[in-house]
Amino acid sequence: MLKKYFPSILACLALAVLFTIVQVGISGGLLSGYWITNIYLMGINIILASSLNLINGFTGEFSLGHAGFMAVGAFTGAIVTANLGLPFPLAIIAGMLAAAIAGVIVGLPTLRLRGDYLAIATLGFGEIVRVVLMNIDYVGGASGMMGIPEVVNWPIIFISVVLSLLLIRNFIGSSHGRACLAVRENDLAAQMMGVNITYYKVLAFVIGAALAGLAGVLYAHYYSIIQPKEFSFMLTFDVLVMVMVGGLGSLTGSVVGAVLLTTASAFLQAIPELRMVLYALLLIVSAVFRPQGLLGEKEITLRTFERWGGVLYAALNRKQTE
Amino acid sequence: MQDLLQQLLNGLSQGSIYALIAVGYTMIYGIIQLINFAHGDVIMVGAYVALGAVLMGFGFIPSLLIAMLVCAVLGVLIERVAYRRVRPVSRLAALTSAIGVSLFLEYTMMYFLGADIRTFPPGVLAERTYSLGGVMITNKDLLVLGTTVILVVVLQYIIFRTRTGKAMRAVSFDGQAAQLMGVNVNNTVAITFFIGSAMAAAAGMLYGIYFNSVQPLMGLMPGLKAFIAAVLGGIGSIPGAMLGGILLGMTESLVAGFGGSMYRDAVAFIILILILLIKPTGLLGKGVQEKV
Repeated sequence: MLKKYFPSILACLALAVLFTIVQVGISGGLLSGYWITNIYLMGINIILASSLNLINGFTGEFSLGHAGFMAVGAFTGAIVTANLGLPFPLAIIAGMLAAAIAGVIVGLPTLRLRGDYLAIATLGFGEIVRVVLMNIDYVGGASGMMGIPEVVNWPIIFISVVLSLLLIRNFIGSSHGRACLAVRENDLAAQMMGVNITYYKVLAFVIGAALAGLAGVLYAHYYSIIQPKEFSFMLTFDVLVMVMVGGLGSLTGSVVGAVLLTTASAFLQAIPELRMVLYALLLIVSAVFRPQGLLGEKEITLRTFERWGGVLYAALNRKQTE
Repeated sequence: MQDLLQQLLNGLSQGSIYALIAVGYTMIYGIIQLINFAHGDVIMVGAYVALGAVLMGFGFIPSLLIAMLVCAVLGVLIERVAYRRVRPVSRLAALTSAIGVSLFLEYTMMYFLGADIRTFPPGVLAERTYSLGGVMITNKDLLVLGTTVILVVVLQYIIFRTRTGKAMRAVSFDGQAAQLMGVNVNNTVAITFFIGSAMAAAAGMLYGIYFNSVQPLMGLMPGLKAFIAAVLGGIGSIPGAMLGGILLGMTESLVAGFGGSMYRDAVAFIILILILLIKPTGLLGKGVQEKV
């Protein structure tokens, strides 16, 4: 009984410790405002990267529309709180729902396309969203929305990240998730086995879109100002890079990628002129020398730690016996 | 009516710049199935090199040739350093690498030359306007059209009348089979990048003169739109890229001319999604049967 739940209990403990450390750091004034912002950004990036990985890594569809879905979520959420004056939880629900609906509208027709064509079509969708938002006066046009309530704090970010990761993990582990993996490995064979490939492609796409919408709502309610131009395809590229560096098809890889690149970006802020040049070099080097990403398709699990622990233990023992 | 003609003419000039870029895109995509995101930035480098040559006192044609040569070498270098090792492993990693190269070119330029907009000196082309039945044609329009037509004819000759062209067609049809027949695939890919990037440099110089602006991020939008043009015309087909570029340019200038200038950038993408849904192989593309 205890053995069965041991990993989950350990994971909960580790999360609780992580949560407390950061919370103490924030309320105790140990972290500067700059790093607090970057920790929040890290959380948002983890949600974005893992949800994009669900579409690109686990289902094998190549989507570049993430910035578009994020924008839909951000602006819907902002309308709910800033323009309509409704509470924040409603903004989250509305933002995710709107992004999911956008996901269905974009997904149903375009997911018939293969590979690069899908990539360009979804990229186009993202740009259309941006241009349309710039032309709607209700959401401020090109100058965007201001005065969105700043309600996002560490507990909200933390819970959102944990729930998103849990949702994706359980989805991949379920029979639906296995169907998605089958579509990725060979869609024709999957179809032969009776998997409704369109259904599963759209399902994964919509879940990914809804989570991007969540990230958008969080983003809007942290910065309190959003402009359409922030949600350009460069943002999608940033997220894609996190997924690629971490490992396509590895959920923990996305977390590692998001944390790593947000940190790198934060440190490089100190040398603004060279920041993007170094960032670009990092991308090229990681793509050329480790094309499968840091983790490949592997996951970091408890067993990984056990194995490392075992190696360490053996090494220590050897030293003692010598 | 005159308005319409005028807009169509503007669209034609702009479209032929798109066409020049799209030709490079379509060649590179046709041969290695990689969306070369750095292609747009090669345009930018080309514009800067041409600008530098003009400022050093070279004329229009020598500057054009210098820019084309420099960018052709740059293209080969990009392929060698950033794509060759990655391509066979994973297409997504190659795409990441392409995005990296794109950012690298943009921000290196910004670091060394600053972000401010530079312009070609007016002396490079004294503006003249001709009136043709009420439609205004500037010599810029003629220059852009003429250069594009000449370059595309040369390209068409290379691809269909030379051994190199034959090798390029073979590799894009089936790389593995071509290799078995003794085609040096790596060299052929390098030559494709050489030619494609030279075209991009020419487009960069023309773009810089036509819109009178050269800056580090100038390649982004034309790059993307040229890719759309290539898809519209049928990817892998050079006449298709021409047609797609010109159609896209005309549609955009019609939309801009008749009140929708804010939606100008969205139009290209709407066209793209429509064409992908209705005829994914593009207007002149060949349908490829999926092998089972």
